Amino acid sequence: MAGAIALLIVVFLILEALPALQHIGLFRFFTDSSWNPTEGLYNLTPMLWGTLLAMAGSVLIATPLGIMSAVFCHYYAPPVVAQLYRRLIELLAGIPSVVYGFWGLVVLVPLITRIQAPGTSLLAGIAILTIMILPTIALTADASLAKVSSDYLRGAAALGLSRWATVWGVVFPAAKSGLFTGLILETGRAIGETMAILMVCGNVVQTPKSLFEPMRTLTANIALEMAYATGDHRSALFVSGLVLMAIIVMLVAAAEVISKGRIYD
Amino acid sequence: MKKLTKVVPLSISFLAVCLWLQSCTKPSQTAAQSEQSQGKLVLTGSSTVAPLAAEIGKRFESEHPGVRVDVQTGGSSRGITDARQGVANVGMVSRALKDEEKDLQAFSIARDGVGIIVHKDNPVQLLSDKQVVDIYTGKINNWKQVKGKDLPITVVNKAEGRSTLELFTNYFKLKNSDIKAQVVIGDNEQGIKTVAGNPNAIGYVSIGTAEHNAAQEVPIKLLPIAGVAANTENVQNSTFPLSRPLNLVTKTQPKGLEKQFIDFARSPQVQDIVKEQNFVPLSK
Repeated sequence: MAGAIALLIVVFLILEALPALQHIGLFRFFTDSSWNPTEGLYNLTPMLWGTLLAMAGSVLIATPLGIMSAVFCHYYAPPVVAQLYRRLIELLAGIPSVVYGFWGLVVLVPLITRIQAPGTSLLAGIAILTIMILPTIALTADASLAKVSSDYLRGAAALGLSRWATVWGVVFPAAKSGLFTGLILETGRAIGETMAILMVCGNVVQTPKSLFEPMRTLTANIALEMAYATGDHRSALFVSGLVLMAIIVMLVAAAEVISKGRIYD
Repeated sequence: MKKLTKVVPLSISFLAVCLWLQSCTKPSQTAAQSEQSQGKLVLTGSSTVAPLAAEIGKRFESEHPGVRVDVQTGGSSRGITDARQGVANVGMVSRALKDEEKDLQAFSIARDGVGIIVHKDNPVQLLSDKQVVDIYTGKINNWKQVKGKDLPITVVNKAEGRSTLELFTNYFKLKNSDIKAQVVIGDNEQGIKTVAGNPNAIGYVSIGTAEHNAAQEVPIKLLPIAGVAANTENVQNSTFPLSRPLNLVTKTQPKGLEKQFIDFARSPQVQDIVKEQNFVPLSK
């Protein structure tokens, strides 16, 4: 059922993108001089970089933070604190993305502006995304740590391992499949996030050369321009959607390949 | 293989359902036209005009029981296409008609001006057209070059396809690809929040929205263009250069319900709605 829906969406995307692919050709989406659809220029690469950089930055920060927070919850915090902490993270997961975006726009962006104008930047995007995907990885890591068999923990205790040595040497290897799933989930969320990113990134179509430069992601591009786009412009936005789909497919395929070799044995 | 044999019929039946659902929408569109006499009006187009048209529509409905006014957005370009193809009775367009669109009939219901805004704390009081062009093309990138503080300028531009952008670039004879912006925004409110949060920013938004926000003590101010102050009076008497008419368009000379509605929307009875929506009523 879910497979059929996914298939339908892909078919729909391809059908809508087809006019642009026929009139413009796939290569021009990567070789044109800029993205100015009303002037007939359709370069998607800066936005592709924007999406990938924002994703990579936030995943790199959120993953260790999220896993550490789960470890803290399970092996270090007293039960009362751990319970409260867990509720807080669940709350964080439930905040709508537009609220994150609004908070970013009125708090985070002015703060960054003080360091370097214009404030709306790749950095702001990475910061917002990190906060947004942190609960995803923290909660999945939490769940997978909970599933580690208590035999292992007792064994480690009998061997006289320190708490950290238990976590690093016993728990992580035992829970890696769950941790990896969490990583894939958070990466998917980072790629797909639209509203918050749209509000804090500045949305200028360029490949950011520093953390303080504004940039636009593929998702923001669709959200910004879809309401007013017609003809080839509209169709070109569906091509952005198709490119996003391709990234996700690659992500899932990569996960499949990696997990086959090492995880589910 | 077993999996595949299950998936294929499923997805085919899904496609069938979708096609069937799609075919459902077609009769309803033609129905909208035939129902015209029974009292249904479909308006599509500019998202700038849509809230105004919806309010006018509500009052029109209350005065003509049995009439339904259905307002849908999709941009000025959709307003033109839908009116031309007869998908909608009336299209909404937030600009004057282009030459190739002169086959349609346009009726102004209000005017809207686009004003340049900066942060309230910015000492700059006046920018010439040339200076605005230089700022937007990146030739001027510090406020001290235009008698302001020694701070970098943050240029706020609109996303491609917006009619505000079209109006702005047409007046200043710019191409969007020449504009070197630091921030690109979607709607007017986002623009106002961006400028209010950044003392170095310059942007352009609807004058009605900007005046409304300035009155609410949002820290922004409107700059004059070509020596004409950016306020609703100057938009109304058409002296403000960066202004646009909000139009209703029809394919042919309107008659029946369409004519009634358009006359109603242009009458003094709805001027309070126009003002409420931060637009400027037509001068009579």
